[in-house]
Amino acid sequence: MGRRAKNKQAPPTPLPGTVPDRSSISRRQQSKKKKAPSTANDQKTFKAQKGSLKKPLPAHRRKKVDVVDEDDSDLDQALQPGVLSEDEEETVKVKSVKKGKQAASSDDEEVEERSRPVKQLEFSDSEDDEGDDLNADGEALPLGQHAFDLDEAPSDGEEEDDLELGDEFDIGTDDEMLDDDMDEDEDEDEDEADSAFASENDDEDAEMAEEDEDEEEDGIQTNLEDDLEETYTLPAVDRGGEEEEIEHGTSLREVEQRMRWLVGVCLSKDDKMSKGVPGKSRSDHFLQLQHDIATYFGYNTFLVGKLMRLFPADEALAFFESNESPRPVTIRANTLRTRRRDLAQALINRGVTLEPIGKWSKVGLQVFESPVPIGATPEYLAGHYMLQAASSFLPVIALSPQPNERVLDMASAPGGKTTYISALLQNTGTIFANDSNKLRTKSLTANIHRMGCKNVIVCNYDAREFPKVIGGFDRVLLDAPCSGTGVISKDASVKVNKTERDFQLLAHLQKQLILCAIDSVNPNSSTGGYVVYSTCSVTVDENESVVDYALRKRPNVKLVETGLEFGVEGFKSFEGKNFHNSVSLTRRFYPHKHNMDGFFVAKFKVEKRKKATKSVIEQEHEEEEKPQLKLNDEGMIVEEEVAKFDADEDEALIEESKRKALKKKGIKITSKPKPSATKEDKKDDGQVKVPKGKKVTEKRRSKT
Amino acid sequence: MRPLTEDETKAVFEKLANYIGKNLVHLIDRDEDDAYCFRLHKDRVYYLPLPMLHLATSVARPNLVSLGTCFGKFSKTGKFKLGITSLDWLAKYAKYKIWIKPSGELPFLYGNHVAKAHLGRITEDTPEHQGVVVYNMADVPLGFGVTARSTIDTRKLDPTGIIVFHQADVGEFLRDEDTMF
Repeated sequence: MGRRAKNKQAPPTPLPGTVPDRSSISRRQQSKKKKAPSTANDQKTFKAQKGSLKKPLPAHRRKKVDVVDEDDSDLDQALQPGVLSEDEEETVKVKSVKKGKQAASSDDEEVEERSRPVKQLEFSDSEDDEGDDLNADGEALPLGQHAFDLDEAPSDGEEEDDLELGDEFDIGTDDEMLDDDMDEDEDEDEDEADSAFASENDDEDAEMAEEDEDEEEDGIQTNLEDDLEETYTLPAVDRGGEEEEIEHGTSLREVEQRMRWLVGVCLSKDDKMSKGVPGKSRSDHFLQLQHDIATYFGYNTFLVGKLMRLFPADEALAFFESNESPRPVTIRANTLRTRRRDLAQALINRGVTLEPIGKWSKVGLQVFESPVPIGATPEYLAGHYMLQAASSFLPVIALSPQPNERVLDMASAPGGKTTYISALLQNTGTIFANDSNKLRTKSLTANIHRMGCKNVIVCNYDAREFPKVIGGFDRVLLDAPCSGTGVISKDASVKVNKTERDFQLLAHLQKQLILCAIDSVNPNSSTGGYVVYSTCSVTVDENESVVDYALRKRPNVKLVETGLEFGVEGFKSFEGKNFHNSVSLTRRFYPHKHNMDGFFVAKFKVEKRKKATKSVIEQEHEEEEKPQLKLNDEGMIVEEEVAKFDADEDEALIEESKRKALKKKGIKITSKPKPSATKEDKKDDGQVKVPKGKKVTEKRRSKT
Repeated sequence: MRPLTEDETKAVFEKLANYIGKNLVHLIDRDEDDAYCFRLHKDRVYYLPLPMLHLATSVARPNLVSLGTCFGKFSKTGKFKLGITSLDWLAKYAKYKIWIKPSGELPFLYGNHVAKAHLGRITEDTPEHQGVVVYNMADVPLGFGVTARSTIDTRKLDPTGIIVFHQADVGEFLRDEDTMF
């Protein structure tokens, strides 16, 4: 209970037809909401007070206290500010002239309130010195802060809910309806406590008022229609789908509940439980869900839309939720220096709680708890292990380099994968570890030396310069720069700073890189000839699209099994785009399914390029859809192709040009088929015009 | 990238000999199929296998960052300083070793000298001012240093006396990660 829990009484049973409000912590909300009334008597007093309380922005709430009822229950105190806010809202609404609607609606609102005496009674109870927000010392809090009585509010609601709703509600007995009916112009979000009373902008108020109206009207209608069903509205849709920076008037909890309900709606079509808001289409519900997820989790709507479309609605929600929590810390034992068993023992002796990561890896360890900093133990410094995410093991496992091979890692900083490759090669062969960022090559080199990798050459090129620098690799690993939508749990800034342009640029870069990677591989390699492409992203345009592009542009390349036992298959088609069938051999990993970062792995086998033969060229002509045979820009031309001329066509063209040349001079050319028929006529005309003297010489010329 | 000059080679080998002595031969003359060589690139000395050398020549000088193992670097005045990254090779061929107790691991990793109290074991007949490789009790190399006293004198020393001057330790990977390369 709150600090003034002396005279608490149970609220009386609510009248039928009203739904209690219990969700929000804010008193205002409660007061505004049609909470179970405390006493019927107060209704009249409240009305009277309401009239008297209509003042613009009160300087201090204490004033209200004097005016108000002196019923001194805690409930009242908890609820009182609501009165003020409501008043403000009304007055503000009256003031704002943005839309004529508002004036009318404000009146409506008042009328509605009056028509629902039950709700108002709450206010009256709380009338007395709720106005003063006192902190622990009994001093008045500054404007904008409230002395919330967190304990009281929900408990009241609960009681009411239990009394009224019983088992009729499938979904939580929350006050959705009420929330929707009346918007708060105050946030319920405790973070934004400031805006409580201090509604500085009339614009904001107007906007909020607008929302209020929309929601209220819808809410009111549904309320009247069907008391048993939870009423939600789709404010984003009503707004026209615009993104709003601050969702005025709805608490985060409301958003969350509406979001979950919408997931149910979007997911199930026939379920009686989730019918959705009547009059709104399914896509409207999706749009609202998108906005709600964006609001609740803190994304920009564009990114939410992009990610939402990858999964069914409930999985999408699970995905977003999993991005809020970090993935487990994992380390990889360095087989060049130690064995996993010994390392585990040594770390356990230091007090670390760990476990092998799973059957799929022989070197991974998952760290649960560590009294010592796991990145600074003597074992770490001696290069016995590397802090590495579990998902980063996957591309190297897929690559599976063999000893004495030449391997290229195109984007290798900070070196987790490179050192893993080196460990698998057992320090034989050669690894080219490239990174385009010079500063990151420092940490790359340091890690390489720390882990004891002796066969690595570190270079600092833009990866697109391979294979010009050097080619003929047995295996190439391309862990492409990506948007990072799979590692949002590590870096939350991805939520807001990715735009459509970013995805376009990244996809373009990735496509260039993958072609360079494929060209750097030696197809005649005895043991290898593989390219592994991986990203830490879950979007299709960075994953399957790029893979499909590579397959189209390089016909000598094909996808093969990654060798990874788990993971979701890649999409063969997505939102109208159809990819090559073999794209199902690629693997996707999700945080909510596999408890590792979102990841994508694809493994290619590069075969020898075939020389273009005549038959190939004929095919080229026949099949317009396969332009890859015209490979001029990619340097895959075989000489024959270039040198081939179609003699018949050429002859015809030569004849044509000859005729034209003669025609210019005015020489008649006889015995030619249709195309030249018209020309002959012309020539005759020309001939007539030509002076007679020249005839002879021209005839002579035409003979030669 | 270029081979070392005479003087440079001399400087490097002298330093190395201080730690590994006669075993230096193992670094220079190895089996045919396992041949390594020294190369200099931007004042740093690298030690790498011969086949890798041929591949590395295809990388342009401004783009090359590291080859194989970096042993150390030459200062502006031409003095060669051995770096912690050479620890692997030193530990493999070290002649004189010193093992420190678990209690002494962390102080050494922080860059302090080794006190007698932390001494676990030491190879016999270690002369004074001899390069030694420091191990922990689990035979994990932690760094290297120079003895302050010979083994015999060490026995006479009080527990707080320094027995090995710290020169390099693996903690530098964390402490000096910005300046290391």
